[in-house]
Amino acid sequence: MVDQTIDGKTGAPKRTSRSLAAAAQRYGVVVALLALILFNIAATPNFLTWQTLNVNLTQVCAIVIVAVGMTLVIAAGGIDLSVGSLMAIAGTLAPLIFTGALFHLPTTAVGIGLAFVLPVIAAAILGLFNGWLVTAFRIQPIVATLVLFIAGRGIAQVMTNGNLQVFKEPAFQVIGLGRIAGIPVQVILMAIIVAAAAFVVRRTLFGRQLLAVGGNPRAARLAGVPARRVTLAVYGISGALAGLAGLVVVARNGASDANLVGLGMELDAIAAVAVGGTLLTGGRAFVVGTLLGAMVIQLVRYTLLANGVPDAAALVVKAGLIILAVWIQQQAKGE
Amino acid sequence: MSTIEAAAPARRTRSPQTLAKAGVVAALVLLILFGWARYDNFLSSYNILSFLRYNAMFALIALGMCFVIITGGIDLSVGGVAALGSVVAAQASGYGLVPGVAAGIATGLAAGAVNGVVITRLQIAPFIATLATMLAAYGTALLLSGNQSVSVSYDTAFTEFGQGDLMGFPIPAIVMIVVTLGGWFVLERLPTGRRVLAVGGGEDAARLMGLDVERLKFGVYAASGALAGLAGAILAAQFGAGQPTEGVGWELFAIASVVVGGTLLTGGVGSVGATFAGAMLLALLFNLLNFENGKGWISLSAYWQSVIRGLFLLAFVLLQARIARTQED
Amino acid sequence: MTLVSMRGVTKAFSGVPALIDASLEIEPGEVMALVGQNGAGKSTLIKILTGAYRRDAGTVTLSGREVDFASPGAAQDAGISTIYQEINLVPHRTVAENIFLGREPKRWGMIDIGRMNREAEAALARFGITVDVRTPLSGFNAATRQMVAIARAMAREARLVIMDEATSSLDEREVATLFQTIRTLKAQGVGVLFVSHRLDELYAVCDRVTVMRDGRTIGVHAMNAVSKMDLVTAMLGRALAAAERDLSASHGQGAGAPVVEAAHLAAGRRVRDVSVAVREGEVVALAGLLGSGRTETARLLFGADRPDGGRLTVGGEERQFREPAEAIAAGFGFCSEDRKVEGIIPDMSVVENLTLALMPRLTKAGVIDRAAQRDVAETFIRKLGVKLASPDQKIRELSGGNQQKVLLARWLAMNPKLLIVDEPTRGIDVGAKAEILKLIRDLSGQGLGVLMISSELEEVISLASRVVVLSDGRDVAELSGEAISEHGMMAAMAADAEPRSGHG
Repeated sequence: MVDQTIDGKTGAPKRTSRSLAAAAQRYGVVVALLALILFNIAATPNFLTWQTLNVNLTQVCAIVIVAVGMTLVIAAGGIDLSVGSLMAIAGTLAPLIFTGALFHLPTTAVGIGLAFVLPVIAAAILGLFNGWLVTAFRIQPIVATLVLFIAGRGIAQVMTNGNLQVFKEPAFQVIGLGRIAGIPVQVILMAIIVAAAAFVVRRTLFGRQLLAVGGNPRAARLAGVPARRVTLAVYGISGALAGLAGLVVVARNGASDANLVGLGMELDAIAAVAVGGTLLTGGRAFVVGTLLGAMVIQLVRYTLLANGVPDAAALVVKAGLIILAVWIQQQAKGE
Repeated sequence: MSTIEAAAPARRTRSPQTLAKAGVVAALVLLILFGWARYDNFLSSYNILSFLRYNAMFALIALGMCFVIITGGIDLSVGGVAALGSVVAAQASGYGLVPGVAAGIATGLAAGAVNGVVITRLQIAPFIATLATMLAAYGTALLLSGNQSVSVSYDTAFTEFGQGDLMGFPIPAIVMIVVTLGGWFVLERLPTGRRVLAVGGGEDAARLMGLDVERLKFGVYAASGALAGLAGAILAAQFGAGQPTEGVGWELFAIASVVVGGTLLTGGVGSVGATFAGAMLLALLFNLLNFENGKGWISLSAYWQSVIRGLFLLAFVLLQARIARTQED
Repeated sequence: MTLVSMRGVTKAFSGVPALIDASLEIEPGEVMALVGQNGAGKSTLIKILTGAYRRDAGTVTLSGREVDFASPGAAQDAGISTIYQEINLVPHRTVAENIFLGREPKRWGMIDIGRMNREAEAALARFGITVDVRTPLSGFNAATRQMVAIARAMAREARLVIMDEATSSLDEREVATLFQTIRTLKAQGVGVLFVSHRLDELYAVCDRVTVMRDGRTIGVHAMNAVSKMDLVTAMLGRALAAAERDLSASHGQGAGAPVVEAAHLAAGRRVRDVSVAVREGEVVALAGLLGSGRTETARLLFGADRPDGGRLTVGGEERQFREPAEAIAAGFGFCSEDRKVEGIIPDMSVVENLTLALMPRLTKAGVIDRAAQRDVAETFIRKLGVKLASPDQKIRELSGGNQQKVLLARWLAMNPKLLIVDEPTRGIDVGAKAEILKLIRDLSGQGLGVLMISSELEEVISLASRVVVLSDGRDVAELSGEAISEHGMMAAMAADAEPRSGHG
């Protein structure tokens, strides 16, 4: 279809006709965010306060951290449904470690340290397991990650027999409650992750190879791109970030409930990625877009709640928002 | 006229799907035999009938999912639509059994139609479109119910639809069997079914062959929605209440059933019978776990069921990947 | 009355015109050829006639009645049957279903499976094909699938049959059978629109020819009143004599040390026993009919697939490539026959596509040196004369010929020892074709070893210093020097093909 529409000498004519839609795709999420902020300044009392900013940022942190991993997986042509379950596993493991329930601890400090490191490693290994299923057996990503979606939460529940773990361990809870120069640690963490991922995608070999694998896996392999290794790594990263997000959530709550940590997170993360402008077909990644996408979704919910609209209605609005965002992308891509 | 030799003789090996189908049926039979040999009351009519009664809604949802996946799509909204269907059915249950059930089905049908329109008209990927519908369905269910479960009317026969029997057989099980047979008939014997398979096998090809691809796709999402609504009506009748927060993860359970049944997520192939067997298999694992706990030798918490289900899914998926690979060579 | 008349047809995609005032007329019982370069608008014109696209302006009449088909289904109901360029069938479904999909024989609303299978068998028997129609189509080779597509088009009563490159995957005998069918249709008063890149076929079966260029119809001629040269000149709009002469210069001589030697390669059913060697500075062609194992052999050499047996010697050392990356490290490059599926990364820029294989060498501590990357890309864009608006343009926006140049540059940037090119000129217009062939010749002149696969015998003759002929997964002949001729190659391919058909 395309070959007739393009003249060999120049690709220019195409641009003008689609420029508006392309701009909408690229900057639509920014415009939406600005519009929401302006609306709130006008309509919502006490919107411009640290309090509001804090509430919204902390609400969005865990989703963004997971969604960054999801952005990479989707850009590489996959999808990861297991992130919510991996959050539950990491979030369950951490208290088990620092309370010494899992193994004997020499000192509390060691326990805290291990409680940060081991759950993330465990989640990363499970992520690699996803990647292994996808690369070694050529199982479709939806199916491969469905295995851990189902089994992963079960593993977390079995570890605690489904019981709620309540704890008070300030040294560990820094990751969810601490502040540096008044900024919540989790927000700093989120910012670092977003910046690092954006840099990796734009400037590094790994980032470009990831997009090549997502854009055309067969061509990438024939051009010498280590497609398997890249895919494996991407799922590993997604797992690790999900694990980290799990720690943030339990630290914030001071409690870990294997039944609830990360429940439905896979779909929230995918929604943030989609609203942020990353096509689900792979080959493209807008990491910053994902951050903004998550913020738009959060702010819509906040705006509705702050203006007396029930949470349930916010779900319906969120649904419309997702469709609208993807529809705009579709227009930008053109037929 | 010279006979053409270039036409490769067809390989008379069985297709991967046939083998996978045989696999899931064999596994189901083995598990039943295992349960029969190990547990006293496993094949008691009480266990069989209540098993069928409480798993009917999962089988219905898996059936709808099977049709959607055959077209190369996916329907993530079924859990939310079932929840919405249960709320609406409960609210309509005061008018009687039939109006209650019809309200549930109609609600699901409407949600499925929305999916169909968004996917075929706006050209939005099924994954995203149905994800959005799922959110909207839960939102609507919560709005209609005021964030709590909606009690059904006990003045009418509505609860019979979930709890009652017909000639000694649970009504939900009868519904499940009739609908599944109907689904099999449509897929295997009606032109529509073969065309649905063709759409999944190659959408552009099907379009150029003159099939109305959009209408067929619309049809499968509408059907999937209607079946989810029906499942919602059963849910409400069984629990005596519409459950606006029920159904979380049902969509993925249904996908797992379809996958265990050997249907490719890429579309173009699929079997109603194997999907039904897959759903029954996954449900049976839970049933067996209950019996094992009943023996008192080991005590596996109910949480093990998802671990075991996950392992089963893994085993099937690996097996299918292996079969697919040996077929390639 | 004229069967089909299209006049003043205009169509644009996102503002870019694909057809400008195109026209086409076909009489009942006439075989009309439609020719033009890629991008001339043939496919668009056909798709408007078959209802796959809607026209922006113009009139289309069928037997004098104005029509505007909203869908392929509507066109089929009006008696237009089409065999498309890419075989448009459904691989997972059975042969019989593929023939009858959309108009299955029914009894009481149900598909009458027995009747459908019987009728499918009968439809195929018309073409001398006997297969089990109950097996999925995916088990058959391209030629059989093509015949199934043809049987599908013929199985319904048609007033007009359109064949868009229907012969591209058929061998000569199958083409002969198809031509027989066309003549039968003609005798029944059915009109046929025949599109083919093989000009000889047009002369064999067509009555008239419509020539298109740049979205316009530029001429209609009686087939027996127009020469091949005239046709080509009309399609191109200029004489291509210069480019062609350039190619007919002497073959590369003085080949050096062997770059790669493969002995007795085997893999699955497609490659049974193939030995081939390429030396520095020579172009070796793998010739053979479709399905003879040419592409599969090339993929084995490049590590894209694993061999079951055989030895591979690279630079005097025995090697086994498990991944293309290893072959690339050993100095190999591979341009696949399918640019879209195995070549370009559509959404990435020309710069990135061009440097995709080279990228690891342009990287410091994992970070890409973008200035160096751009330098390399610009150098090769200039060297190969790639026409583009900007190096940052997405590669999918380039024409086929320019995409192919970028893909060749991807390997040339690696400074390879061996370049494997599989159908390097497929789907590329005649002008770019000549440039690409010249480029390959120049490279081999500079010492590069080239292994070429091409179905166009003329290309092989003009470029190859040696030809290895494959048949049914075995190398059956090696030709060099004077023996490389159309006749020589045909004889070698036929020599092995003939006796087998005796037993079959």
